[in-house]
Amino acid sequence: MSATGIREERTRAVVTGIGVVAPTGVGTHQHWESVLAGKSGLGRITRFDPSGYPVQVAGEVPGYDAARQVPGRLVPQSDRFTHFAITAAAAALADASVDPSALPEYEMAVVTASSSGGTEFGQHEMERLYQKGPSWVGAYQSIAWFYAASTGQLSIRHGMRGPCGVLCCEQAGGLDALGQAWRLLRSGSRLALVGGTDASLCPYGLVAQMATGCLAAGDDPARAYLPFTTAAHGFVPGEGGALMIVESAESARQRGVGSYGELLGYAAGLDPRPDSGRPRVLAAVIRRALRDAGLTSDQVDVVFADAAGVREQDEAEAQAIADVFGPGGVPVTAPKTLTGRLYAGGAALDTATALLALNHGIVPHTAGPDRLAASCEIDLVMGWPRHIRPRTALVLARGRGGFTSALVVARGASSTSSKSEPLVKGLPA
Amino acid sequence: MTRRATITGVGVVSPGGIGRDAYWDLLSAGRTATRQISLFDASGFRSRIAAECDFDPFARGLSSQEVRRMDRAAQFAVVAAREAIGDSGIELTASDPSRVGVSIGSAVGCTMGLENEYAVLSDGGRDWLVDHRYRVPHLYDYMAPSTIAVEVAWQAGAEGPVALISTGCTSGLDAIGHGVQLIEEGTADVVLAGAADAPLSPITSACFDAIKATSPNNGDPEHASRPFDGRRDGFVLGEGAAVVVIEEARAARERGADPYAEVLGFAGRSNAFHMTGLKPDGREMAEAIRTAMGRARLDPSDIDYINAHGSGTKQNDRHETAAFKASLGQAAYETPVSSIKSMIGHSLGAIGSLEVVACVLALRHQVVPPTANLSVADPECDLDYVPNTARESRIRHVLSVGSGFGGFQSAIILGQPRPERAAARSAA
Repeated sequence: MSATGIREERTRAVVTGIGVVAPTGVGTHQHWESVLAGKSGLGRITRFDPSGYPVQVAGEVPGYDAARQVPGRLVPQSDRFTHFAITAAAAALADASVDPSALPEYEMAVVTASSSGGTEFGQHEMERLYQKGPSWVGAYQSIAWFYAASTGQLSIRHGMRGPCGVLCCEQAGGLDALGQAWRLLRSGSRLALVGGTDASLCPYGLVAQMATGCLAAGDDPARAYLPFTTAAHGFVPGEGGALMIVESAESARQRGVGSYGELLGYAAGLDPRPDSGRPRVLAAVIRRALRDAGLTSDQVDVVFADAAGVREQDEAEAQAIADVFGPGGVPVTAPKTLTGRLYAGGAALDTATALLALNHGIVPHTAGPDRLAASCEIDLVMGWPRHIRPRTALVLARGRGGFTSALVVARGASSTSSKSEPLVKGLPA
Repeated sequence: MTRRATITGVGVVSPGGIGRDAYWDLLSAGRTATRQISLFDASGFRSRIAAECDFDPFARGLSSQEVRRMDRAAQFAVVAAREAIGDSGIELTASDPSRVGVSIGSAVGCTMGLENEYAVLSDGGRDWLVDHRYRVPHLYDYMAPSTIAVEVAWQAGAEGPVALISTGCTSGLDAIGHGVQLIEEGTADVVLAGAADAPLSPITSACFDAIKATSPNNGDPEHASRPFDGRRDGFVLGEGAAVVVIEEARAARERGADPYAEVLGFAGRSNAFHMTGLKPDGREMAEAIRTAMGRARLDPSDIDYINAHGSGTKQNDRHETAAFKASLGQAAYETPVSSIKSMIGHSLGAIGSLEVVACVLALRHQVVPPTANLSVADPECDLDYVPNTARESRIRHVLSVGSGFGGFQSAIILGQPRPERAAARSAA
């Protein structure tokens, strides 16, 4: 008997709803249109004046007005990263036709990834503390700043009383949250609201990110984030993310809803200490994820790359992909050049994009790069989308400190129908 | 084959005692480690008391580089992890690194480092456009709490699944529960699991002041943490870390380990009620306890000790008492319940793991640690809270619970390590 309730048999997990809040747009439709059109969400930072900073380009969510998107009292009670989560969650629940009040309360879980919590909210409160004194720190700091703020608010808002989780695995966390949601489906939950969002585009958040030395300096959005090229000189930070509904195939069948696809395999690892002399784990993690999925490497139709935009990390990723699939052995794409890297939201959004790609039969391209570095022996999809009807996708994510995660997703399989209506109509075939 | 999780080593950084022996001495003696805050100037704060660790990282074996790189919470975690690894006797160099995982909880991560650097970069909060030219090389590592898990992984040479779990004040229980999941599902054979928090800095103290969650009993810090006592007036903030080595039971037996305990049941539920408020009925915590008992295949009468969340706020202690009655029935009245927060304060995410270690040591010593500072009865708290003096008792199974901001409720059940009957049969 399992102490954590894990059943011996595997549970099939399908994604039945997607909600997106990203620099490419608020809403799945707008996001997917931007991705196919290669419409970039990068631009000069507008949330504060970045003039004094070497980094001036970021991916901001356009036209997001919390006052219109978030119930009144939650606006002052929570940080922007939680506002995004609230908006994305509502969209995902609606997309999946989930009415939480009609489902068993303890069988609905909430799992989010968080990279740095309520950064902007925290900066405001620290400003008050240091300028005015402790009694000026507001009551909501205690619930807005911490990493669990979004999970808690989503659980409350939707009456989901099952196991809740918050994974902080830096930029890999979005995949780990999905992996954890899958575990929970295997141990008694029927459905999970899962994903990640981040919003650290305030001065303190940006300066902290700059300390890694991995952000792209400069003010030209078109040249700022060019992974796998010789022009790569860092990445662009972004804000936003995605929430999804992951549920057991049995639950989706009972509810009579279609799915975007199925989680087929997942694995995670951590790179060894940089001074250990041991190899990094990405290739091994990919192989473990494929084994978990029951797939061979030639059964993967597309790889959504981590695409760090940092030369040495790009080369390491290209090398790992080439190790597993052979040089140029699989189409690789990174639509995140349109959004920048969204931290906890990044891998969640990549997974959502991958599922949309499978559902539409199109591999979106990596906008920006036009020539690969010779050291990157991968088939990066550049220029325009490829209409190759992919059935399976591998999503990769890495986070600072060596977090490395891989998730394999497949287009809706035999016993679950895929979403019958295409989400985007009238696109050129 | 069913995989089970045993705890084979423990490590502790606690107020009042660093290391498992000093920690147990403190708990079994019923001594309190709460005092006036010395880590920062707390004048001007409503609550000026805390349970601080007397922690010298150099004396605990950290190098200058490690001390410079790591926030205090990460330092606690690393010291606790080293002790746990040594205590377990496991040779991690002989393990497949991809089968070694890490699951560390923390509610507020590296906020002390984050806040200290903020004060510098913003010129004491004067500059919204903080100055990027003061290069703080580890600033981002303070902003991302995952750093703590990475540091622990580096201690263990872990290359398997690594996560920082941050579910507020249930982080410590949830991180151990997550570690058990990794063992049971077969992803890892060894997991370093635990939690660390070092929240004793102005911003965290101020935010608990703002909601009057912490005790203002500044004149009598030694007696300020008073769970279940009629005079209780809030929790006393603490800090610390605990890490345990969790191993797959059969592998542990085969290498000749001497396990402290087996993890028999774990469950988490959420109240979906309020970020900080608790309904008096304890409904969702009771559900977590019932689910954990079901997974452990135990009845209420099998539980010999309950390690309570017992924070010492009016609402928590009432909520929790109701949850014990709802889930255990009559047995709730016959089972000793205690809160070690009465002695070591409430270290947010870390406390859940410190409490699990207290349970592990209670199982080993067959002694129930007491609830200190308990002398005035509260009619709403009418269970056996083991006031002030530890109690020798037959302990087969212990239940530990946690409750946190966000509405999270978690329960874990530990038992004496079981003989490996099934494994012995298949080996024969």
